[in-house]
Amino acid sequence: MSSRVRGAGGGGRGRAHAAVEAYFRLAPVTVPLYAIAVAVVLGGLVILLAGANPVEAYSALFRGAFGSPQRIAGALARSTPFIGAALAVAFAFKAGLFNIGAEGQLLVGGLTAAWVGTFGWMAGLPAVVGIPVVLLAGVVGGALWGGIPGVLKARTGAHEVIVTIMLNAIALRMTEWLVASRAPVILLDESSSVPRTRPIAAGARMPDLFGSVHLGLLVALVLCALVWFVLNRTTAGFEIRTVGINPNAARYAGMSVPGTIVLVMACSGALAGIAGAGEVSGGLGFLTPGGFVGFGFDAIAIALLARANPFAVIPAALLWGSLLAGAPLMQLEAGLSIDLVRIVQALIILFVAADAIVRYLFRIRAPRGEDVAEAAVFAKGWGV
Amino acid sequence: MATPAASKTAPDAPEPEVVSQRTRRRGLTRLSRLQTIGLLFGLLGVVLVGQVANALPADDVIFTFGFGDLAPELPVDPPNAVLAIGVLFCVAGVVALAERWTHHYAGVALLVATGLFVPLVLVCSLALSSSNQTNLIPLLVESLRLGTPIALGALAGLWCERSGVVNIGIEGMMLAGAGVGFVVYALVGGGRGGLALYASVVVAVAVGGLMAALHAVLSVTFRTDQIISGVVINLLAIGGTSFLRQQVLLPLGVQSGVTLPAVSVPLLSQIPVVGQPLFTGKPIYFSMFVIFVLTQVVLFRTPWGLRVRSVGENPHAAETLGINVITTRYQAVILGGLIAGLAGAWFSLETVGSFDDLMTNGTGFIALAALIFGKWRPWSAFGGAMLFGFANALGTRIQFLNVAVAGFPVPSQFLQILPFVVTIIVLAGAIGRAVPPAAVGVPYSRSR
Repeated sequence: MSSRVRGAGGGGRGRAHAAVEAYFRLAPVTVPLYAIAVAVVLGGLVILLAGANPVEAYSALFRGAFGSPQRIAGALARSTPFIGAALAVAFAFKAGLFNIGAEGQLLVGGLTAAWVGTFGWMAGLPAVVGIPVVLLAGVVGGALWGGIPGVLKARTGAHEVIVTIMLNAIALRMTEWLVASRAPVILLDESSSVPRTRPIAAGARMPDLFGSVHLGLLVALVLCALVWFVLNRTTAGFEIRTVGINPNAARYAGMSVPGTIVLVMACSGALAGIAGAGEVSGGLGFLTPGGFVGFGFDAIAIALLARANPFAVIPAALLWGSLLAGAPLMQLEAGLSIDLVRIVQALIILFVAADAIVRYLFRIRAPRGEDVAEAAVFAKGWGV
Repeated sequence: MATPAASKTAPDAPEPEVVSQRTRRRGLTRLSRLQTIGLLFGLLGVVLVGQVANALPADDVIFTFGFGDLAPELPVDPPNAVLAIGVLFCVAGVVALAERWTHHYAGVALLVATGLFVPLVLVCSLALSSSNQTNLIPLLVESLRLGTPIALGALAGLWCERSGVVNIGIEGMMLAGAGVGFVVYALVGGGRGGLALYASVVVAVAVGGLMAALHAVLSVTFRTDQIISGVVINLLAIGGTSFLRQQVLLPLGVQSGVTLPAVSVPLLSQIPVVGQPLFTGKPIYFSMFVIFVLTQVVLFRTPWGLRVRSVGENPHAAETLGINVITTRYQAVILGGLIAGLAGAWFSLETVGSFDDLMTNGTGFIALAALIFGKWRPWSAFGGAMLFGFANALGTRIQFLNVAVAGFPVPSQFLQILPFVVTIIVLAGAIGRAVPPAAVGVPYSRSR
């Protein structure tokens, strides 16, 4: 029951269409940049309140992320999984679906990758075969975990937000059991003191490009281009966007709305699954049950910051990852908790979401009247 | 499920039509929702009768109710009990499959069968454990206690969503209440209890309300997407409370552990056998019951409750009748936030006596599931919350009892997963559809 559907009922190019367009297209760069600026200033106030010098703290934060080649590599490595996960969320946004389950999909993708990577026959494989095999395992796991809410939404109308929240919890508990169980031992590496899976075969490990940056970054960048291509240059992409903007119009045009929903959710899960597999294959080489806690929300935040644009996801994820990567140095030098970065991140999203505030502060005219503030794209109510 | 007539009369609700058209097309060869679930229950019944019943050890298991010499005991023979439940599952399955003739009895049968899961799980786990006796009253009390934050969170969501504002920020409101409440307790009271403890609960409640006010400003005044606004609330609470803990709490070095004291209900707690466990508890636990009754009364029996509901169902009609939609939504959202803050205080001030990062651990989302499970009605939501509470309590009990199947301990995670699976099944429409307030998720604007 969204405003866009209501608008479309009026016939022709509905108000809702304009709202969606406005949300994703208008002032796509300036508003996020202003939002970041306001968030940084407010974060500075928090730093002052905590009794530290904001300039020093931010300088340490910056140097922590970009101060040396190693630090830059660390920031890039930190951002890598965010690109894939945020891309998953952004892709679902395009079809009007809110995938809050990137966390579970990352976890299941990582789990299948870590499981397949330890198979006996993996040991002898060359990297050219081994890496695609584990990534494919991640795709299958993620697509399965993302496909469930898709099928349920398409067949029964169960709202994907709740189903994916439930599936996140289920994925977390199942992984906990599969990885940590000692009786019976399933995936646990018994030689390790902390619960984690056995290391995957050497042929399944993605090589490092420079520093700690692994091949997964390139994979993520290619995926961004691929998603952009599919969305903007293929029939399937056209259908996906049409379903997102106006499912009724899509149905009258002969498109299968339920089919698209299933497809999009499965693909979204697959994208997150690759990101999860990439972290297992390129990062540590094993999976810990708590490895992806909190990634789902970060992914949503990054996708919002990027306004669901596949290419904009890249700088947004880099911003996110470098903030997190730079925080430890800030803590060391300015004596501030690394969680300050979380506050700044939340403020960024706040001002990106409530862009009316930013527009008011910086006198940016809302180009299409009041509709800009009414971009009710995602909150469609529950389950009906 | 929207009927064709309903979709015609509500032109701004074509979304359900997409789904219902598919379900309507199902002919005789396709099973309806109830029939599908009935079939599953029937199959499960057959498995129970054929496989599980005779595999269980034949020794009696004993359920005790309460404490003292007078406590009643109920000996149960596991194979026969499982056999009986299996047969009942089969009967329920048949009744549901014959939906054409049994009509609404099909739903009732499935509801009863679902309820039978509780004794089934209890009997099976006790039969397979190293002990043969368990006390059900403490299990019940523990379920209620662990269900408290979930139930309060569900009420927080209920007030918010009944007024037409989606709230996925319950988790953040709870976390903020738990965190700030405890920081104030540590600063003012030094973590030593006393009056400061109660004052901190008030602060926690107020902080929940403040977070909700932010949600209202964003989603009602600025008409931001309500789900995004909820995400913002959650991110802000996670960052803010972790920051507070690092900057303020850890330097203070308060090792509290002093929590709200347990209280006994006068007279009722004197009842022999069951009085003491049932009517002794902590303040927030008891307040939950009061808040539930108040919610039920205020929401359904007062003019203001009617206003909240009308604003959530049809804000334009409400406005025409002179109700201020914006104000009413603000009131309902903030009231919900106050309740969420109290749920936060349950964690830090009533249960643990300290604050940890991400202390609420997803309870806000489970509360949301309980709310939807309960179809946005207070007592059904309470039932949903208690289902989660029961699963948690049973999980601990089963670990404690060394329940083992084929020589391997039953993972507590399996029981923790159970309510999530049930929620998905319910949401998928197995036990009747969950119909949310009509205007939920739609920012209100007079001009439309």
